[in-house]
Amino acid sequence: MNRDSNIYTIVYAAVMVVLVAVILAFTSQSLRETQKKNEDIDKMMQMLRSVRVIVDATEAETTYNQLIKESFLVNKAGEKLEGDAFGTDVAKAFAKDGALPVFVATIDGEKKYILSMRGAGLWGPVWGFISLDKNKDTVYGADFSHQGETPGLGAEISQPFFSKEFYGKNVFNAEGVFKSIAVVKPGKGVEGQAYVDGISGGTITCQGVDRMLYNSLDRYVDFLKSNN
Amino acid sequence: MGKLFSSKNKEVLFSPLSKNNPVVVQMLGVCSALAVTAKLEPAIVMAISVTVVVAFANVIISLMRNTIPNRIRIIVQLVVVAALVTIVSELLKAYAYDVNKQLSVFVGLIITNCILMGRLEAFALGNGPWESFLDGIGNGLGYGLILVVIAFFRELLGSGTLLGIQVVPQAAYDFGYVNNGLMILPPMAMFVVAAIIWAHRAKNKDLQEN
Repeated sequence: MNRDSNIYTIVYAAVMVVLVAVILAFTSQSLRETQKKNEDIDKMMQMLRSVRVIVDATEAETTYNQLIKESFLVNKAGEKLEGDAFGTDVAKAFAKDGALPVFVATIDGEKKYILSMRGAGLWGPVWGFISLDKNKDTVYGADFSHQGETPGLGAEISQPFFSKEFYGKNVFNAEGVFKSIAVVKPGKGVEGQAYVDGISGGTITCQGVDRMLYNSLDRYVDFLKSNN
Repeated sequence: MGKLFSSKNKEVLFSPLSKNNPVVVQMLGVCSALAVTAKLEPAIVMAISVTVVVAFANVIISLMRNTIPNRIRIIVQLVVVAALVTIVSELLKAYAYDVNKQLSVFVGLIITNCILMGRLEAFALGNGPWESFLDGIGNGLGYGLILVVIAFFRELLGSGTLLGIQVVPQAAYDFGYVNNGLMILPPMAMFVVAAIIWAHRAKNKDLQEN
Protein backbone atom coordinates (compact mmCIF):
# COMPACT_ATOMS: atom_id res chain seq x y z
CA MET A 1 0.00 0.00 0.00
CA ASN A 2 1.37 3.38 -0.94
CA ARG A 3 1.21 5.43 2.23
CA ASP A 4 1.94 8.65 0.43
CA SER A 5 -0.92 8.51 -2.06
CA ASN A 6 -3.63 11.14 -1.81
CA ILE A 7 -6.42 8.63 -1.56
CA TYR A 8 -4.80 6.78 1.32
CA THR A 9 -4.20 10.05 3.17
CA ILE A 10 -7.77 11.28 2.71
CA VAL A 11 -9.38 7.97 3.65
CA TYR A 12 -7.06 7.63 6.64
CA ALA A 13 -7.92 11.11 7.91
CA ALA A 14 -11.64 10.61 7.37
CA VAL A 15 -11.77 7.26 9.16
CA MET A 16 -9.68 8.58 12.03
CA VAL A 17 -11.84 11.65 12.56
CA VAL A 18 -15.08 9.66 12.51
CA LEU A 19 -13.65 7.10 14.91
CA VAL A 20 -12.43 9.75 17.35
CA ALA A 21 -15.76 11.58 17.14
CA VAL A 22 -17.64 8.40 18.01
CA ILE A 23 -15.34 7.66 20.97
CA LEU A 24 -15.62 11.20 22.33
CA ALA A 25 -19.38 11.33 21.88
CA PHE A 26 -19.71 8.01 23.66
CA THR A 27 -17.51 9.14 26.58
CA SER A 28 -19.36 12.39 26.92
CA GLN A 29 -22.79 10.71 26.82
CA SER A 30 -21.97 7.97 29.28
CA LEU A 31 -20.43 10.35 31.82
CA ARG A 32 -22.99 13.13 31.48
CA GLU A 33 -25.13 12.10 34.43
CA THR A 34 -22.27 11.66 36.90
CA GLN A 35 -20.85 15.03 35.85
CA LYS A 36 -24.18 16.79 36.23
CA LYS A 37 -24.53 15.35 39.70
CA ASN A 38 -21.03 16.56 40.65
CA GLU A 39 -21.82 20.03 39.36
CA ASP A 40 -25.08 20.17 41.33
CA ILE A 41 -23.35 19.03 44.50
CA ASP A 42 -20.62 21.59 43.97
CA LYS A 43 -23.23 24.31 43.55
CA MET A 44 -24.96 23.19 46.76
CA MET A 45 -21.63 23.33 48.61
CA GLN A 46 -21.01 26.85 47.32
CA MET A 47 -24.44 27.95 48.52
CA LEU A 48 -23.95 26.31 51.88
CA ARG A 49 -20.56 27.99 52.28
CA SER A 50 -22.25 31.33 51.62
CA VAL A 51 -24.32 30.76 54.76
CA ARG A 52 -21.22 29.69 56.70
CA VAL A 53 -21.98 25.97 56.52
CA ILE A 54 -19.05 23.81 55.43
CA VAL A 55 -19.79 20.19 54.52
CA ASP A 56 -18.28 17.34 52.56
CA ALA A 57 -19.46 16.48 49.09
CA THR A 58 -21.07 13.36 50.54
CA GLU A 59 -23.30 15.28 52.96
CA ALA A 60 -23.96 18.29 50.76
CA GLU A 61 -27.30 17.15 49.40
CA THR A 62 -28.84 16.19 52.74
CA THR A 63 -27.65 19.37 54.46
CA TYR A 64 -28.84 21.45 51.55
CA ASN A 65 -32.32 19.94 51.71
CA GLN A 66 -32.45 20.51 55.45
CA LEU A 67 -31.39 24.15 55.44
CA ILE A 68 -32.62 25.53 52.14
CA LYS A 69 -36.31 24.78 51.81
CA GLU A 70 -37.56 27.75 49.85
CA SER A 71 -36.39 29.14 46.55
CA PHE A 72 -37.96 31.36 43.92
CA LEU A 73 -37.11 33.68 41.05
CA VAL A 74 -37.35 37.45 41.10
CA ASN A 75 -37.56 39.72 38.08
CA LYS A 76 -35.96 43.13 37.71
CA ALA A 77 -38.93 44.87 39.31
CA GLY A 78 -38.51 42.74 42.41
CA GLU A 79 -41.61 40.59 41.85
CA LYS A 80 -41.57 36.96 42.85
CA LEU A 81 -42.01 34.43 40.08
CA GLU A 82 -42.52 30.72 40.20
CA GLY A 83 -39.81 28.61 38.61
CA ASP A 84 -36.88 26.30 38.98
CA ALA A 85 -34.43 28.51 40.88
CA PHE A 86 -31.72 25.87 41.25
CA GLY A 87 -31.65 25.02 37.56
CA THR A 88 -31.61 28.63 36.36
CA ASP A 89 -28.71 29.49 34.09
CA VAL A 90 -27.55 32.58 35.95
CA ALA A 91 -25.10 33.64 33.25
CA LYS A 92 -27.94 33.79 30.72
CA ALA A 93 -30.30 35.47 33.16
CA PHE A 94 -27.83 38.29 33.79
CA ALA A 95 -27.09 38.70 30.09
CA LYS A 96 -30.74 38.79 29.03
CA ASP A 97 -32.25 40.63 32.02
CA GLY A 98 -34.09 37.45 32.95
CA ALA A 99 -35.41 36.43 36.35
CA LEU A 100 -32.75 35.67 38.98
CA PRO A 101 -32.84 33.01 41.66
CA VAL A 102 -33.21 33.66 45.38
CA PHE A 103 -32.74 30.90 47.93
CA VAL A 104 -34.00 31.16 51.47
CA ALA A 105 -31.99 29.35 54.09
CA THR A 106 -32.96 28.97 57.71
CA ILE A 107 -29.93 29.19 59.98
CA ASP A 108 -30.59 28.99 63.74
CA GLY A 109 -34.20 29.98 63.11
CA GLU A 110 -33.23 33.10 61.16
CA LYS A 111 -34.02 33.63 57.51
CA LYS A 112 -31.06 34.26 55.22
CA TYR A 113 -31.45 35.26 51.59
CA ILE A 114 -28.90 33.74 49.23
CA LEU A 115 -28.38 35.71 46.02
CA SER A 116 -26.53 34.67 42.91
CA MET A 117 -23.67 36.65 41.41
CA ARG A 118 -21.89 36.41 38.09
CA GLY A 119 -19.09 38.45 36.54
CA ALA A 120 -15.78 38.35 34.74
CA GLY A 121 -12.33 37.94 36.27
CA LEU A 122 -8.99 38.13 34.52
CA TRP A 123 -9.03 34.88 32.53
CA GLY A 124 -12.64 33.79 32.64
CA PRO A 125 -15.91 33.97 34.50
CA VAL A 126 -16.12 34.46 38.26
CA TRP A 127 -19.29 33.75 40.19
CA GLY A 128 -20.50 33.33 43.69
CA PHE A 129 -23.27 33.50 46.24
CA ILE A 130 -23.83 36.13 48.88
CA SER A 131 -26.24 35.72 51.77
CA LEU A 132 -28.02 38.60 53.47
CA ASP A 133 -29.69 38.75 56.86
CA LYS A 134 -33.44 39.11 57.31
CA ASN A 135 -33.10 42.90 56.90
CA LYS A 136 -31.89 42.28 53.32
CA ASP A 137 -28.95 44.60 53.94
CA THR A 138 -26.31 43.07 56.20
CA VAL A 139 -24.13 40.38 54.66
CA TYR A 140 -24.21 37.12 56.55
CA GLY A 141 -21.75 35.23 54.38
CA ALA A 142 -20.34 34.91 50.89
CA ASP A 143 -18.58 32.46 48.64
CA PHE A 144 -16.68 33.06 45.42
CA SER A 145 -15.70 30.70 42.63
CA HIS A 146 -13.76 31.13 39.42
CA GLN A 147 -12.98 29.15 36.34
CA GLY A 148 -9.32 29.83 35.75
CA GLU A 149 -7.90 32.71 37.76
CA THR A 150 -4.15 32.63 38.45
CA PRO A 151 -3.30 30.17 41.26
CA GLY A 152 -1.81 31.98 44.25
CA LEU A 153 -3.11 35.36 43.06
CA GLY A 154 -6.62 35.90 41.69
CA ALA A 155 -7.61 32.34 42.52
CA GLU A 156 -7.35 33.22 46.21
CA ILE A 157 -10.84 34.78 46.00
CA SER A 158 -12.23 31.31 46.57
CA GLN A 159 -10.38 31.05 49.90
CA PRO A 160 -12.30 31.52 53.16
CA PHE A 161 -10.07 34.41 54.32
CA PHE A 162 -11.40 36.51 51.45
CA SER A 163 -15.09 35.70 51.79
CA LYS A 164 -14.90 36.18 55.58
CA GLU A 165 -14.08 39.85 55.03
CA PHE A 166 -17.64 40.37 53.81
CA TYR A 167 -19.30 39.31 57.05
CA GLY A 168 -21.39 42.10 58.56
CA LYS A 169 -20.92 44.59 55.70
CA ASN A 170 -23.94 46.50 54.42
CA VAL A 171 -24.96 46.79 50.81
CA PHE A 172 -27.04 49.92 51.43
CA ASN A 173 -25.59 53.07 53.00
CA ALA A 174 -27.01 54.84 56.03
CA GLU A 175 -29.55 56.71 53.86
CA GLY A 176 -30.78 53.45 52.36
CA VAL A 177 -29.18 54.02 48.96
CA PHE A 178 -27.74 50.97 47.21
CA LYS A 179 -23.95 51.18 47.25
CA SER A 180 -22.73 47.56 46.98
CA ILE A 181 -19.49 46.52 48.65
CA ALA A 182 -16.24 47.68 47.12
CA VAL A 183 -13.13 45.51 46.80
CA VAL A 184 -10.15 47.84 47.16
CA LYS A 185 -6.39 47.55 47.19
CA PRO A 186 -5.26 46.54 50.68
CA GLY A 187 -4.75 49.61 52.82
CA LYS A 188 -6.97 51.86 50.71
CA GLY A 189 -10.58 52.73 51.41
CA VAL A 190 -13.64 54.38 49.91
CA GLU A 191 -15.98 56.99 51.34
CA GLY A 192 -19.65 56.32 51.90
CA GLN A 193 -19.81 52.59 51.32
CA ALA A 194 -18.65 49.33 52.82
CA TYR A 195 -15.41 47.91 51.45
CA VAL A 196 -13.10 44.93 51.85
CA ASP A 197 -9.41 44.42 51.12
CA GLY A 198 -8.58 42.84 47.78
CA ILE A 199 -5.69 40.47 47.12
CA SER A 200 -2.22 41.78 46.35
CA GLY A 201 -1.20 40.65 42.89
CA GLY A 202 -4.77 39.75 42.03
CA THR A 203 -5.87 43.27 41.18
CA ILE A 204 -7.75 42.54 37.96
CA THR A 205 -9.61 39.61 39.49
CA CYS A 206 -10.54 41.78 42.47
CA GLN A 207 -11.77 44.55 40.20
CA GLY A 208 -13.85 41.87 38.51
CA VAL A 209 -15.30 40.80 41.87
CA ASP A 210 -15.99 44.44 42.71
CA ARG A 211 -17.92 44.92 39.44
CA MET A 212 -19.65 41.58 39.87
CA LEU A 213 -20.91 42.56 43.33
CA TYR A 214 -22.24 45.86 42.06
CA ASN A 215 -23.81 44.59 38.84
CA SER A 216 -25.33 41.48 40.38
CA LEU A 217 -26.71 43.06 43.54
CA ASP A 218 -27.97 45.99 41.49
CA ARG A 219 -30.33 43.57 39.74
CA TYR A 220 -31.75 42.50 43.09
CA VAL A 221 -32.18 46.01 44.54
CA ASP A 222 -35.92 46.22 43.96
CA PHE A 223 -36.39 42.82 45.53
CA LEU A 224 -34.25 43.80 48.51
CA LYS A 225 -36.22 47.01 49.05
CA SER A 226 -39.57 45.24 48.74
CA ASN A 227 -41.27 43.21 51.42
CA ASN A 228 -41.61 40.10 49.29
CA MET B 1 10.84 -9.65 32.57
CA GLY B 2 14.53 -9.50 31.76
CA LYS B 3 13.82 -8.36 28.25
CA LEU B 4 11.20 -5.82 29.31
CA PHE B 5 13.72 -3.98 31.44
CA SER B 6 16.86 -4.41 29.36
CA SER B 7 19.60 -1.87 29.89
CA LYS B 8 18.42 0.02 26.81
CA ASN B 9 14.88 0.26 28.17
CA LYS B 10 16.17 1.38 31.54
CA GLU B 11 18.08 4.08 29.75
CA VAL B 12 14.86 5.12 27.96
CA LEU B 13 13.00 5.27 31.27
CA PHE B 14 15.57 6.98 33.48
CA SER B 15 17.58 9.29 31.24
CA PRO B 16 14.75 11.88 31.02
CA LEU B 17 14.98 12.31 34.77
CA SER B 18 18.36 14.01 34.51
CA LYS B 19 20.70 13.80 31.50
CA ASN B 20 17.89 14.08 28.96
CA ASN B 21 15.35 15.99 31.02
CA PRO B 22 12.52 17.38 28.87
CA VAL B 23 12.46 20.76 30.61
CA VAL B 24 16.04 21.63 31.51
CA VAL B 25 17.84 19.81 28.66
CA GLN B 26 15.36 19.39 25.80
CA MET B 27 13.76 22.75 26.68
CA LEU B 28 10.23 21.43 26.09
CA GLY B 29 7.14 22.29 28.12
CA VAL B 30 8.71 25.33 29.74
CA CYS B 31 5.62 27.51 29.38
CA SER B 32 3.39 25.18 31.35
CA ALA B 33 6.19 24.81 33.90
CA LEU B 34 5.80 28.53 34.50
CA ALA B 35 2.02 28.58 34.53
CA VAL B 36 1.10 25.87 37.03
CA THR B 37 3.89 26.15 39.59
CA ALA B 38 2.66 28.95 41.86
CA LYS B 39 1.34 26.24 44.19
CA LEU B 40 2.61 22.72 44.81
CA GLU B 41 -0.71 20.91 44.51
CA PRO B 42 -1.68 21.85 40.94
CA ALA B 43 1.94 21.18 39.93
CA ILE B 44 1.74 17.62 41.23
CA VAL B 45 -1.62 16.93 39.59
CA MET B 46 -0.38 18.43 36.34
CA ALA B 47 2.73 16.24 36.49
CA ILE B 48 0.61 13.11 36.92
CA SER B 49 -1.82 14.07 34.14
CA VAL B 50 0.98 14.85 31.68
CA THR B 51 2.73 11.57 32.52
CA VAL B 52 -0.43 9.59 31.87
CA VAL B 53 -1.23 11.41 28.65
CA VAL B 54 2.33 11.23 27.26
CA ALA B 55 2.60 7.53 28.06
CA PHE B 56 -0.67 6.57 26.40
CA ALA B 57 -0.28 8.91 23.44
CA ASN B 58 3.16 7.41 22.87
CA VAL B 59 1.72 3.88 22.93
CA ILE B 60 -1.14 4.72 20.56
CA ILE B 61 1.08 6.54 18.07
CA SER B 62 3.64 3.76 18.29
CA LEU B 63 0.96 1.17 17.44
CA MET B 64 -0.23 3.30 14.53
CA ARG B 65 3.25 4.27 13.36
CA ASN B 66 3.36 1.95 10.34
CA THR B 67 0.02 3.15 9.00
CA ILE B 68 0.23 6.90 9.47
CA PRO B 69 0.52 8.80 6.17
CA ASN B 70 3.71 10.82 6.40
CA ARG B 71 2.22 14.07 5.16
CA ILE B 72 -0.44 14.32 7.84
CA ARG B 73 1.46 12.73 10.72
CA ILE B 74 1.45 15.90 12.85
CA ILE B 75 -2.31 16.18 12.42
CA VAL B 76 -2.77 12.55 13.38
CA GLN B 77 -0.64 13.08 16.48
CA LEU B 78 -2.62 16.15 17.42
CA VAL B 79 -5.95 14.35 17.02
CA VAL B 80 -4.77 11.46 19.20
CA VAL B 81 -3.48 13.81 21.90
CA ALA B 82 -6.54 16.03 21.82
CA ALA B 83 -8.89 13.04 22.04
CA LEU B 84 -6.91 11.57 24.92
CA VAL B 85 -6.84 14.83 26.86
CA THR B 86 -10.56 15.33 26.32
CA ILE B 87 -11.27 11.86 27.66
CA VAL B 88 -9.01 12.44 30.70
CA SER B 89 -10.76 15.74 31.33
CA GLU B 90 -14.23 14.16 31.07
CA LEU B 91 -13.20 11.35 33.42
CA LEU B 92 -11.83 13.85 35.93
CA LYS B 93 -15.08 15.79 35.78
CA ALA B 94 -17.05 12.66 36.54
CA TYR B 95 -14.86 10.94 39.11
CA ALA B 96 -12.46 13.54 40.55
CA TYR B 97 -14.40 16.77 40.45
CA ASP B 98 -12.20 18.57 42.98
CA VAL B 99 -9.03 17.82 41.05
CA ASN B 100 -10.71 18.95 37.87
CA LYS B 101 -11.62 22.26 39.51
CA GLN B 102 -8.03 22.65 40.71
CA LEU B 103 -6.62 22.19 37.24
CA SER B 104 -9.41 24.01 35.41
CA VAL B 105 -7.97 25.34 32.16
CA PHE B 106 -4.63 23.58 32.50
CA VAL B 107 -6.07 20.18 31.53
CA GLY B 108 -6.87 21.59 28.11
CA LEU B 109 -3.42 23.11 27.93
CA ILE B 110 -1.83 19.64 28.10
CA ILE B 111 -2.75 19.35 24.41
CA THR B 112 -0.38 22.16 23.55
CA ASN B 113 2.41 20.91 25.81
CA CYS B 114 5.47 20.63 23.58
CA ILE B 115 6.68 17.53 25.41
CA LEU B 116 3.82 15.54 23.92
CA MET B 117 4.45 16.46 20.31
CA GLY B 118 8.18 16.32 20.88
CA ARG B 119 8.15 12.78 22.23
CA LEU B 120 5.62 11.52 19.66
CA GLU B 121 7.67 12.93 16.81
CA ALA B 122 11.09 12.03 18.17
CA PHE B 123 10.42 8.67 19.77
CA ALA B 124 7.05 6.99 19.29
CA LEU B 125 7.13 7.22 15.48
CA GLY B 126 10.28 5.11 15.41
CA ASN B 127 9.98 2.70 18.32
CA GLY B 128 7.78 -0.11 19.58
CA PRO B 129 4.87 0.37 21.99
CA TRP B 130 6.63 -0.85 25.14
CA GLU B 131 9.71 1.37 24.66
CA SER B 132 7.40 4.25 23.81
CA PHE B 133 5.40 3.67 26.97
CA LEU B 134 8.60 3.77 29.07
CA ASP B 135 9.75 6.87 27.21
CA GLY B 136 6.42 8.56 27.99
CA ILE B 137 6.57 7.64 31.67
CA GLY B 138 10.20 8.75 31.91
CA ASN B 139 9.61 12.09 30.23
CA GLY B 140 6.45 12.71 32.21
CA LEU B 141 8.30 12.08 35.44
CA GLY B 142 11.26 14.19 34.34
CA TYR B 143 8.88 17.03 33.60
CA GLY B 144 7.05 16.46 36.88
CA LEU B 145 10.27 16.47 38.86
CA ILE B 146 11.19 19.94 37.62
CA LEU B 147 7.62 21.16 38.16
CA VAL B 148 7.61 19.99 41.76
CA VAL B 149 11.01 21.55 42.50
CA ILE B 150 9.93 24.91 41.06
CA ALA B 151 6.56 24.81 42.82
CA PHE B 152 8.24 23.91 46.10
CA PHE B 153 10.37 27.05 46.10
CA ARG B 154 7.65 29.30 44.70
CA GLU B 155 5.01 28.27 47.21
CA LEU B 156 7.44 28.23 50.14
CA LEU B 157 8.96 31.64 49.45
CA GLY B 158 5.91 33.24 47.86
CA SER B 159 3.13 32.12 50.18
CA GLY B 160 4.97 30.62 53.16
CA THR B 161 2.96 27.42 52.70
CA LEU B 162 3.49 23.94 51.27
CA LEU B 163 0.50 22.07 49.81
CA GLY B 164 -1.61 24.78 51.43
CA ILE B 165 -0.24 24.11 54.93
CA GLN B 166 1.47 27.01 56.68
CA VAL B 167 5.15 26.16 57.20
CA VAL B 168 6.69 29.56 57.88
CA PRO B 169 5.82 30.12 61.56
CA GLN B 170 3.75 33.14 62.61
CA ALA B 171 6.67 34.17 64.82
CA ALA B 172 8.76 34.84 61.72
CA TYR B 173 6.09 37.21 60.39
CA ASP B 174 5.88 38.95 63.75
CA PHE B 175 9.61 39.40 63.55
CA GLY B 176 9.29 41.20 60.23
CA TYR B 177 9.55 38.39 57.67
CA VAL B 178 7.52 39.11 54.53
CA ASN B 179 6.47 36.64 51.83
CA ASN B 180 8.14 37.41 48.54
CA GLY B 181 5.17 38.32 46.36
CA LEU B 182 7.33 38.23 43.24
CA MET B 183 7.79 34.48 43.66
CA ILE B 184 4.12 33.91 42.83
CA LEU B 185 4.38 35.82 39.57
CA PRO B 186 5.39 33.92 36.41
CA PRO B 187 8.73 35.73 35.83
CA MET B 188 10.15 34.23 39.02
CA ALA B 189 9.43 30.73 37.69
CA MET B 190 11.72 31.60 34.80
CA PHE B 191 14.48 32.51 37.24
CA VAL B 192 13.95 29.30 39.21
CA VAL B 193 14.12 27.26 35.99
CA ALA B 194 17.31 29.10 35.07
CA ALA B 195 18.80 28.39 38.49
CA ILE B 196 17.95 24.69 38.13
CA ILE B 197 19.55 24.58 34.68
CA TRP B 198 22.63 26.31 36.06
CA ALA B 199 22.98 23.83 38.92
CA HIS B 200 22.24 20.90 36.61
CA ARG B 201 24.87 21.89 34.03
CA ALA B 202 27.44 22.73 36.65
CA LYS B 203 27.11 19.13 37.80
CA ASN B 204 26.89 17.59 34.31
CA LYS B 205 29.77 19.24 32.49
CA ASP B 206 29.15 17.25 29.30
CA LEU B 207 25.87 19.15 28.78
CA GLN B 208 27.59 22.53 28.66
CA GLU B 209 27.71 24.23 25.28
CA ASN B 210 30.71 26.30 24.34
